[in-house]
Amino acid sequence: MVLQINNDHQRFRKIVKGRIREDLRKFLTREELLGREGKKYISIPVRGIDLPHFRYGDNNDAGVGKGEGKPGDTVGEGGDQGPGGEQEGRHILEVEVSLEELAEILGEELELPRIQPRGKHRITAEKDRYTGIRQSGPESLRHFKRTFRRALRRQIMSGLYNPDSPRIIFERQDKIYRSWKTVLSPQSNAVIIYMMDVSGSMGDEQKELVRLEAFWIDAWLRKNYQGIESRYIVHDVRAGEVDRETFFRIREDGGTRISSAFRLARELIDKNYSPLDWNIYLFHFSDGDNSSESDSRECCTLLKENLLENLNMFGYCQVASAYGSGNFINVVHDQLSDAEAVITSRVNTKDDIYDSIKTFFSPGR
Amino acid sequence: MFEHTALPSEIAEQAEAIAEHARREELDFYPTVFEMLTAEQMSQVAAYGGFPQRYPHWRFGMEYERLRKQQRYGLGRIYEMVINNDPCYTYLLNDNMSVDHKTVIAHVYAHCDFFKNNVWFSQTNRRMIDEMANHATRVRRYMERHGVERVETLIETFLALENLIDPHSVFMRRQAKPGPREESEETPGVSVTRYPAKRYMDRYINPPEDMSAERTSREEETEQAKVKFPSEPQRDVLLFLLRHAPLEDWEADVLSIIREEAYYFAPQGQTKILNEGWASYWHSTMMTNYILGADELIDYCEHHAGTLATSPGRLNPYKLGIELLRDIERRWNTGRYGLEYDACDDMEVRRNWGKDKAPNGRIVGRKSPGREKIFQVRALYNDVTFLDEFLTPEFVDEQDLYHYRQDPNTGRMVVVCRDFDKIKQQLLFMLTNHLQPYIYVVDGNYRNRGELYLCHRHNGADLDIKYAVATLKELFRVWKRPVHVNARIDNEPILFTFDGEQSSQQHIDDKIDEPAHLV
Repeated sequence: MVLQINNDHQRFRKIVKGRIREDLRKFLTREELLGREGKKYISIPVRGIDLPHFRYGDNNDAGVGKGEGKPGDTVGEGGDQGPGGEQEGRHILEVEVSLEELAEILGEELELPRIQPRGKHRITAEKDRYTGIRQSGPESLRHFKRTFRRALRRQIMSGLYNPDSPRIIFERQDKIYRSWKTVLSPQSNAVIIYMMDVSGSMGDEQKELVRLEAFWIDAWLRKNYQGIESRYIVHDVRAGEVDRETFFRIREDGGTRISSAFRLARELIDKNYSPLDWNIYLFHFSDGDNSSESDSRECCTLLKENLLENLNMFGYCQVASAYGSGNFINVVHDQLSDAEAVITSRVNTKDDIYDSIKTFFSPGR
Repeated sequence: MFEHTALPSEIAEQAEAIAEHARREELDFYPTVFEMLTAEQMSQVAAYGGFPQRYPHWRFGMEYERLRKQQRYGLGRIYEMVINNDPCYTYLLNDNMSVDHKTVIAHVYAHCDFFKNNVWFSQTNRRMIDEMANHATRVRRYMERHGVERVETLIETFLALENLIDPHSVFMRRQAKPGPREESEETPGVSVTRYPAKRYMDRYINPPEDMSAERTSREEETEQAKVKFPSEPQRDVLLFLLRHAPLEDWEADVLSIIREEAYYFAPQGQTKILNEGWASYWHSTMMTNYILGADELIDYCEHHAGTLATSPGRLNPYKLGIELLRDIERRWNTGRYGLEYDACDDMEVRRNWGKDKAPNGRIVGRKSPGREKIFQVRALYNDVTFLDEFLTPEFVDEQDLYHYRQDPNTGRMVVVCRDFDKIKQQLLFMLTNHLQPYIYVVDGNYRNRGELYLCHRHNGADLDIKYAVATLKELFRVWKRPVHVNARIDNEPILFTFDGEQSSQQHIDDKIDEPAHLV
């Protein structure tokens, strides 16, 4: 029987989601979320879901306690509760939402379309599902309840059943086993390759922006694909693959040659990710201050000739920096204006993340 | 309501045996129905306050989420729930040990006895399960007609005002039946002082011009009194709104539902310490005297101690209640009450007072004087009167109670003193009106503009300003004209107002019109 509370609970969750949606812009820029990376549930403080009452204010912090202590001694934690006061003081409610729900809210609020995986589900995975029953099979798969029922029925019919000492003995004909069917389920895999410029001009502030942006890119793509892999590449004049931790921490000096990262990305894709099997996303974060104009052009050639045909999307996100010309974005616009898979956005402050995510994923690629 | 809630037969037998013990101890309870729930189901039932059916609203979903989380993370466990109803419904947790079940059952019979016999519960509806289901049906019908969203928001508004009731009013009849207006012989409604006098002296003793002057002033007074609305400050704000707010019929019906439920739950808030103390007293008495097997002793002790455990700074109502009841029983058994005992100031004599008498529990076939007394306490007292009358300096000393307060400099709670008067005052303050502020309707036609004026009767603590402003907004939705509340903040009288668009607050001085009454 479906309990009434489930309806009420769903109403409540709906209201919570609505509140989160209203405040999404704020949540998008919350750094605390980053601490929860990789966890399935995130607890989020939700405002204004409390029912107001006329109630006493905070100058009521006194009470009666029990136990040892001289005047002047500190009372143990939680000393602000008196009898009957157990319900008080829940001003802001912390609600748990799964990352998936959060991504869903993000999708609804930004009106992001579902991503159409490329390549029409070419990959299928086999799965065994235990859906049926049959008369023979291994004992480990015996369906106890059905077997028992049949044995009981047989014994009652043949008059062997004695209600005072109910003893049911299975015979071969009673036994029922579970059976399985093999189902083919389409699978779409995706890999996200994050590339970041870690040259001297990228400061902590810029990295923070990248990190937030990457968090939400990750969340949205994870919602759309079952299996996701992430790879991280950092570069200054040379590029190298690093793990996630290092990616967001590393600090280098020196100049910038963006093409180095693109070459490494190409190698990675060629080696591990056949475009027939994978949906590939390439994101590049930089302040756009490349060492030379010619290198920038080389990047575009690389993209055009070797990369773009294999990619779902190349996203370029340029963060503002105090130094640097930020010219790379212009070169990309010039050279690749007709490439659909190329999407660029600028993020100057945290508040731009909202629009940036929207720009990246509105085409639904 | 649930599948598999039938009580296992061995527990049903035990329940009957325990009921037998309870009856022998002269507990007097309604028939009690037990149901067995899983921890998950317990959270669901608890979210509805123990009732199988409540009106649909997300607040219950919110409560459920909180309880479920608490239960899953092992932060709190609900061992039992009892509903004040005839028959009493009780839910047991299915993964409890059998000794826990026995303890809970013994505990519950005492609760049922309390519900049935305590005077503060005497006005509650004993068919509340049916009534709640009825409420649910009515609200659901309104939702079908007017839309879920609209009804839900309306309920939210009313819930914000839910604590503005007068728990004592259920015992009063004066509002319910207004008598016929008294009329005097002369001018209707106006009487003038007339001294007895012989007719020829009358003109001098009761001079006509004085008489008419007095009459005019009396008439004016009556006129003014008539204008006063309500005629006296009214604490049952919900009732006032029900009668006078511009509500549609169905809206008023929803309000009456909220009000009825608030009144139903009010006595439970008023008698928490006494009720839990009483139940603990009895489960302890019955378990240790009759029920407990030798193999169950350790588990019983552990859980009993857990229930009564106190942590620093927190007062456990179970503990305070049971200890005070035991103290009363001891005092009345040894005759430590009355004029003679109170007047005695020799500590040594007091300590040994009546030691030679000291009967306990039952004396062959009847209750000891102490028992007699606590039965009387359970019938006639609530938490406030219970502590007010029976808290003694000896008890406070014995129980190691202290008074604490937040240190404004460090924000920490610090022990202030162990002074009896202070402790008692603080306890009573915390219990009065169950930590709810006293709010009165003092003018329903403020400034003759149909505005609603509420007043907070200050008794030591200020209102929370943010909450007050938010509540005013909800109140406005009901009253639909500007609403005010007069509250003292930091010893300054402040008038908070919400006029439908913005809220404001102003210092109350001579320039601000006075309401019809002040409290």
